[in-house]
Amino acid sequence: MSQLANQIAVVTGAGRGIGRAVALKFAAEGADVVCVSRTAENSEKVAGEIRALGRKAWAHAVDVSDAAGVAAAGEKILAECGRVDILVNNAGVTRDGLLMRMSDADWDTVLDTNLKGAFLFTKAFARAFIKQRSGRIINIASVIGLIGNAGQTNYSASKAGLIGFTKATAKELASRGVTVNALAPGFIETDMTAALKDDMKAELLKHIPLGTLGQPEDIANAALFLAAPSARYITGQVLTVDGGMVMS
Amino acid sequence: MSEKSIEERVKHIIVEQLGVKPEQISPEAKFIEDLGADSLDTVELVMALEEEFGKEIPDAEAEKLQSVGDVIRYVEGSAK
Repeated sequence: MSQLANQIAVVTGAGRGIGRAVALKFAAEGADVVCVSRTAENSEKVAGEIRALGRKAWAHAVDVSDAAGVAAAGEKILAECGRVDILVNNAGVTRDGLLMRMSDADWDTVLDTNLKGAFLFTKAFARAFIKQRSGRIINIASVIGLIGNAGQTNYSASKAGLIGFTKATAKELASRGVTVNALAPGFIETDMTAALKDDMKAELLKHIPLGTLGQPEDIANAALFLAAPSARYITGQVLTVDGGMVMS
Repeated sequence: MSEKSIEERVKHIIVEQLGVKPEQISPEAKFIEDLGADSLDTVELVMALEEEFGKEIPDAEAEKLQSVGDVIRYVEGSAK
């Protein structure tokens, strides 16, 4: 099982949750992985887990919304890895609250990390992808970007924006053999959803036909599908992985 | 062996990048209108020029490079 043999992947938000699962899955499939996370401690930890799988790993502590920091990290990553084949824009945060009470700061934090972060990282590697006439970009959006959610105007806007960004980038880079797709996870058991109250979880489960929350591995498997060579003819798509919650 | 002139090097890159014939290249030839380039081709052309001449071309300057002559003049000017 090495669908990604000798490929090099960059995963943002790799320190925990979905990003960590994606990084480990890619490594298990033969990829070397650059783990990007806001804190060095988290990215180092996951990089260590990847090395234990016998793959190369690099750890970078980067705030994905910091343009200069991302540009510098991108150059450093390309210099030390030689090339990059797959980029997973996964870094994301929530700052929930009702619209009427939402502070500008909470709006900006979420949009800057979830949307601008993906733009900056994509820009950092687009040149390399164009030049090598190949590349896979996978943006981790959310079902909330498709259906909205009360108390998450900022998060919904960022994820809907990420879907638009995915489609436009897919069109721009298609002629150079670069594919760009989005995953829209439903409710996945991570630190992010652990913050939800039990009654809210029970309410959510009523709307999930498969009757259970998803696991980070469920998203990692879908990311692997989009990253693998066999998905070469898929671009500009949004794949929903949500136990059937949103059916379009 | 004599060094290639800047003009020859520029023309060589354009032939390579845009897949056009050397005889199609005149100083007046515009990349998009005359040489069939799309906007991404022009970005790649600038990337190739940056590599060949080991020098970054700022976006504001890159936008002005629309013809073969524009590029030759720019590179010759910045080489001085």
